[in-house]
Amino acid sequence: MTTATQPRGRSRTAGHPLDTRSRRLRRATRWWPALLLVALFTVPYSALPLPGLLDGPIGGPGNLQLLALCLLFGGLATGYDLLLGRTGLLSFGHALYFAAGTYVTNTVMLEAGLPFAASALLGLLAGAALSALLGAVSLRVSGIGFSMVTLAFAQAASILVQRDPGGVTGGEEGRAAPADRLPAALVGIEHTANLYWIALAYLVVVLAVVHRAVRSPVGRVWEGIKENERRVEVLGLRPYGFKLLAFVLAGTLAALGGLVYLLLTGGATPQTTTSDFTLSLLVMVVLGGSGSRWGPTVGGVLYTWADHRLTDLAGSDTVAGLPAVVRVPLSQPLFLLGALFVAVIYLLPGGVARLPARLRAARPSPAAAEREEVPAP
Amino acid sequence: MSTVVLLTFTGLGLGALYFLVASGLSLIFGLMDVLNFAHGALLSVGAYGTWWAASGHLPGAGSGGAGFVLAVVFGTAVGTVSAVVLELAVIRPLYTRPREQILATVGVGLAVPALLSAIWGSDARPFPGPKALSGTFAVLGAEVPLNRTVLIGAALAVLGALKLFLSRTRHGLVVRAGVEDRAMVTALGIDVRKAFTLVFAIGGAAAALGGALGGLYFGSVDPEQGTSLLIFAFVVVVTGGMGSLTGAALASVAVGLVQQFANYYTTAGLGDLAVVVLLAALLLVRPRGLTGRLA
Repeated sequence: MTTATQPRGRSRTAGHPLDTRSRRLRRATRWWPALLLVALFTVPYSALPLPGLLDGPIGGPGNLQLLALCLLFGGLATGYDLLLGRTGLLSFGHALYFAAGTYVTNTVMLEAGLPFAASALLGLLAGAALSALLGAVSLRVSGIGFSMVTLAFAQAASILVQRDPGGVTGGEEGRAAPADRLPAALVGIEHTANLYWIALAYLVVVLAVVHRAVRSPVGRVWEGIKENERRVEVLGLRPYGFKLLAFVLAGTLAALGGLVYLLLTGGATPQTTTSDFTLSLLVMVVLGGSGSRWGPTVGGVLYTWADHRLTDLAGSDTVAGLPAVVRVPLSQPLFLLGALFVAVIYLLPGGVARLPARLRAARPSPAAAEREEVPAP
Repeated sequence: MSTVVLLTFTGLGLGALYFLVASGLSLIFGLMDVLNFAHGALLSVGAYGTWWAASGHLPGAGSGGAGFVLAVVFGTAVGTVSAVVLELAVIRPLYTRPREQILATVGVGLAVPALLSAIWGSDARPFPGPKALSGTFAVLGAEVPLNRTVLIGAALAVLGALKLFLSRTRHGLVVRAGVEDRAMVTALGIDVRKAFTLVFAIGGAAAALGGALGGLYFGSVDPEQGTSLLIFAFVVVVTGGMGSLTGAALASVAVGLVQQFANYYTTAGLGDLAVVVLLAALLLVRPRGLTGRLA
């Protein structure tokens, strides 16, 4: 980011030759997502240790599993932000569509004995159909009423899943996916790399879909609805259809994420149906920066990583030896994450994604930024 | 017949618990437009405060007689103080950012139960109640546990006190006016922010009292109790019409009764389902809730 600001600061005074240099630089830095993608793609081949960040080499099965979960939740949070940050809809029922993807696929495989591909298609369709149906109903009320109806539907589904009707959902224990129905390349610890690539592909798909969607004419209407729904109506557009489209798209992406989750964890668990799950998605999005391109992804990755690492930390010997005042809060990752979340709302409005811009703005002047020895306050 | 009577009392007891949580939620939402996700945490704080005091940690408090009353008073006081701190420290700096207010309460609502389970463990702790309240009494051939009536009595007392406060005092007048039209009250030169803190204190006290007496009802306290009650309290608030106290009272009775009867006469768990489905249906027919308040 300093490379980008440096020439820009000087180009105003120095003129043409540097201007082309800055343009070339910017064109080069525009490709950083592709570079990052390549780097992420090669992770399973790497034995690079990241001490402190991960336990052991980065390409180990345990770490790959964690990284895959991080990528999955990055994608899931990005899909959720389609509602929260792009359309301004505060849904408390997003877990339902995620769980629909997981549970329908798993149940079809277990009960009907269909192969994975067919079950996955059914799971995806179920997520899309469910979000279309429930979205059509809940969008009839707006504002906090909408949040409450989505919460009510998700809660109803959560109760239903935990009630285990006819032994289909497995109740509070959930149900493991049948290993014989899954493709052999996706089962077993030696194939974790494949699962990792699937999670990476999911993230890329979600990012691409969301990016395309918000740049399309429909995406502009979404933005209008977020800013001022009444004005969109005055312009002669019916917000209902547009909101429903966002809801169904986000629901389908969540169901797709549910499929990936089923493969990654090898089963369906009722924790993914609870309102706490939706709340954690909300935390991820706000942590990273709602309504920004990379923010929700960053938030999802950070949250998932922090959650797992803090859980490891809580069980470690170093923590057990600390005095009670420090040990007690450290033993509950959710406490730290909740506190961190509140802190981000205060100190970092716009989330982590706004951090570079804020740091840049906090620098005293372009000249000082150029010399580099002046640290950002 | 005896089953119906027992179910009615149990449903009313549960409804009373919902009302204690929902009354504060409803007032806070009506006045400040903040959906307080930390309200369940306030209930848990009250429950743990009472449990802590009644287990003999607070001198003078105990599990029986006057000692238990003191423990309940202590738990309620802790809940009230927490609510005031929550309003002053978390909500107040975000007055200009309404959505962030909700998000901040979500964060607090996640953090506080986690802190409680970090300190006292995530397992349920048996709640020491007075022996006098553990018995039953006979109504129309049914043996009804006494603690249900305590909850119902407390809820009625809170409803009466809140009604008196809202209709007879100047602060109550400001709160009522603020629920109707906050901008107008501010324009008349009244500092509504004082009313915000007041409403939070009242809501926190009611929720903490609910937590203290909920310990009697469930016989134990656990960190997640408040959060699971909160969802049904939301249902009550929305059903009753946000900001309406009478609506919340009616809705909590309805929700408690529907839940108990459906859980008993169909399969367990279906009552909880029936309640949320009813909420969805009601919102679609009457988006403003039972009492026609603005949602």
